[in-house]
Amino acid sequence: MANFAKPSAPRFSVEVYQNEFLPAGGRDVHAIVTVTSTGGATATRALGRDAAVVIMVDCSGSMEYPPDKMRGAREATAAAIDTLRDGTAFAVIAGTHVAKEVYPGRGGLATAGPDTRAQAKEALRGLGAGGGTAIGTWLRLADGLLRQSTATIRHGVLLTDGRNEHEEPAVLRATLDSCAGRFTCDARGVGTDWEVKEVTGIASALLGSADIVADPAHLAEDFTRMMENAMGKEVADVALRLWTPVGAEVRYVKQVSPSVQDLTDRRTAAGPRAGDYPTGSWGDESREYHVCVRVPGASVGQEMLAARASLVLPGPPGGPQPPLAQGLVRAVWTDDLAASTAISPQVAHYTGQAELAQAIQQGLEARKMGDVDGATAKLGRAVQLASVSGNADTARLLAKVVDVVDAVAGTVRLKAKVADADEMTLETRSTQTVRVKKT
Amino acid sequence: MSMHRLSGCPGCAEPLEEGDRFCGVCGYALSSPPPDPDPTPTLPVTPVTPVTGPGYAAAGPAGAALVSAPAARGVPAGDTAAHPGGAGVPAPGWGSTEEHAPTLAGDVSAQPGGDGPWGSAGPGQETPYGSEPVRHDLPGGTGTPPGGTPWGPPAAGEPYAAAPQDPAAAGEPQGPAAPGDPYAAAPQGDGGKTCVACRAGHVDTDGYCEHCGHAQPRERDHLEEELCSVAAVSDRGLRHHRNEDSFAVAATALPDGSAATVAIVCDGVSSASRPDEASAAAAGAANEALLDALPRGAHPSEAMHGAILAAAAAVSALAPQTPGAQNAPACTLVGAVVSGGVLTIGWVGDSRAYWVPDDRAALPRRLTEDDSWAAQMVAAGLMGEAEAYADVRAHAITGWLGADAYDLDPHTASFRPDHPGVVVVCTDGLWNYAESATDMAQILPADAAARPLHSAQVLVGHALDGGGHDNITVAVVPFAAEPEAVREPAAEAEPEAPVRAETEPRAEA
Repeated sequence: MANFAKPSAPRFSVEVYQNEFLPAGGRDVHAIVTVTSTGGATATRALGRDAAVVIMVDCSGSMEYPPDKMRGAREATAAAIDTLRDGTAFAVIAGTHVAKEVYPGRGGLATAGPDTRAQAKEALRGLGAGGGTAIGTWLRLADGLLRQSTATIRHGVLLTDGRNEHEEPAVLRATLDSCAGRFTCDARGVGTDWEVKEVTGIASALLGSADIVADPAHLAEDFTRMMENAMGKEVADVALRLWTPVGAEVRYVKQVSPSVQDLTDRRTAAGPRAGDYPTGSWGDESREYHVCVRVPGASVGQEMLAARASLVLPGPPGGPQPPLAQGLVRAVWTDDLAASTAISPQVAHYTGQAELAQAIQQGLEARKMGDVDGATAKLGRAVQLASVSGNADTARLLAKVVDVVDAVAGTVRLKAKVADADEMTLETRSTQTVRVKKT
Repeated sequence: MSMHRLSGCPGCAEPLEEGDRFCGVCGYALSSPPPDPDPTPTLPVTPVTPVTGPGYAAAGPAGAALVSAPAARGVPAGDTAAHPGGAGVPAPGWGSTEEHAPTLAGDVSAQPGGDGPWGSAGPGQETPYGSEPVRHDLPGGTGTPPGGTPWGPPAAGEPYAAAPQDPAAAGEPQGPAAPGDPYAAAPQGDGGKTCVACRAGHVDTDGYCEHCGHAQPRERDHLEEELCSVAAVSDRGLRHHRNEDSFAVAATALPDGSAATVAIVCDGVSSASRPDEASAAAAGAANEALLDALPRGAHPSEAMHGAILAAAAAVSALAPQTPGAQNAPACTLVGAVVSGGVLTIGWVGDSRAYWVPDDRAALPRRLTEDDSWAAQMVAAGLMGEAEAYADVRAHAITGWLGADAYDLDPHTASFRPDHPGVVVVCTDGLWNYAESATDMAQILPADAAARPLHSAQVLVGHALDGGGHDNITVAVVPFAAEPEAVREPAAEAEPEAPVRAETEPRAEA
């Protein structure tokens, strides 16, 4: 659906929300940086030759228990293939304790078209369950296949139903480190026998989304949506570049919308006093980042640039990279207490959303350890935060794990019996945030 | 309106362009130089041409003014306060024009009319405050400032020569580029400017240092303007991160060909949004309105009234369309018009005008009555002045220009002084450090009528020495009492008397 009203290249814009006023001696500057790209996804091109996608389907033995998991995986993969734009390079991998090419094979990628789609779906019929799970091997094969493509958007879709049992965790971690920045990857867990932290860890390292599909019947729907989203990506390898002044320290950089993602440790140096944080590929979308910088103190009446936040594309090595957009984070020291004690509504909101995600994770952890009091306190706090911030989706998921007595006060009781699917859904989606309520 | 700064670099005499923060040749930081490590109070410097009118362009060293070594911003309060009137620290980093006053061509009005008899009574015949005059400034019934007159004519200028250059205040060892080595510092030609804060980084296009991040001085941080008959200085002060004051000065002619001088000073209300824009809009609009009305022969008092309404409209226009979306921009205004031997003052808010006679034996007085909580308390007899001004609410203003000022009540007052003097038009950033008219008269240099720009600089320096807690703006308007012969035609317009003198405090919303 071409939208000719927009130019084909996406445009980025940056807005900064903060209270720039600091009291005398104040040093921590908080800001929410909102990045919006427009003109990408809707300007769908006739050919998808700028994109390459590899679908990794778990074919371990457990996929046959119950058998509708394997059937759901086959249908979902077929649906994803149908969603590919013509011209997109693609491949399908069957994953067990080793990775096997299902289509097109011979170490290559096919180009999406009516014929190749039909052939790929035919090849899916041959998928059978049997073997173990070593996700690192799947990712390494996907990486090898995607490297043959010159496409700028390189994306993976990974489906698993179990734990990564046939591989050392360190091997998976090393694989993720080497794949990071080479392609992005969405990860899905089907059923309830997989490890939430493994799936969310893969998605987080490869800058994709993570979710649970507890019922295999919903897989096809989810894969279609996921592939539509991937096809909407227009620009890859966008980095959030932060410049900070001499003597300043970046305390943290977190994506806070649409989900919480800590990027602090993913910094790569980018010239004097600047560092790049990876954000992956962008379509028509808006994301928000919470930046906290500790600046050297200055006297009242002084004004300082605490950070310059810009979005950059990888350019030729050593060459200049003109920013796509930039915003300024300022610090102004004042003796006006009313000014310096105010908290930016955006900063307050996303601080709360980040705490919500943490409270859920800690609460579920405590619950697993049998710490009833700790779990009740943490999950109660989560209910309170979800209620105050209007995060209705998370509140609904919480209500399946605890009985809410008083949402405003955060009073809850742990449910005696909780379905695995509900608990895993809550844990997987704990990082989902909502935007600031319009008042 | 031509806002100007120094015409040449104090370090190497390179002519400067408007907006320069640094000298393009020697890298001298023009806006915030470090204290001079040299104990001698003055640098060998290049003469600077005083500006004599709008449209002035940087010119050759034709003037005779000397520029002193820039004084440190951080001169401790009290260090210089002991020298009333001698606070030769003008605007920081701007170098005070010293000693040899610039010759102001055609400056007739500024010459103290030596012929007129100094009136020892009040400055005008009228009481501008209606039936209940509130005169805070009468110093115990005597017309002489306490402690006599520290400004004997022979000493004129003397106190200012010794600009307090406390070497101990020189915190930063690094001085400006030595004049003999003008190429030592800083890049040039590539538009890159060196940060005034760290002196290491270049200044980015958005006005911040790419090294230390410090904001660079902005044009409005310090502004000076001088015409033949009026001068004004505005400074950010030491505790605010931007200058939210604004001023406008202008000279025009009445229909009969005689000169008229306009000075407007506005103070943006910090608690409102975009106060800097509000004050700039108000000063500009009021000035335009007066320059439109006065040449057409409008009565100055009515012209001033109209100008305040025009300023109010200009500030209201800045407010967002959706009411309540944000705090509407707001500011105060005080204006003075000198025309045909009549001095007309108009104001809203707590910015003030003072009358200081050239003969310091005569009584100075304040010409405005604040629209403020404290003034209301005093006027209503509910509190003594000391008590009222000590209250935390003292400075809450009860009148302002802005979209949310729905009960705008412009005050105007006219005077016909029979002796020459100077009108000091200022924001509270100055008068907080010289509240009474007597105090103001004490810190105003004795030769203010002849050197209005220098006097304005001295007044700003006084406020900075006191701590500079607010933005400081002051306009100095010399008033030459007209010889009787000249005054004759104007005399028929005598009903000038207390034209619209209103002081009733407004009911606060």
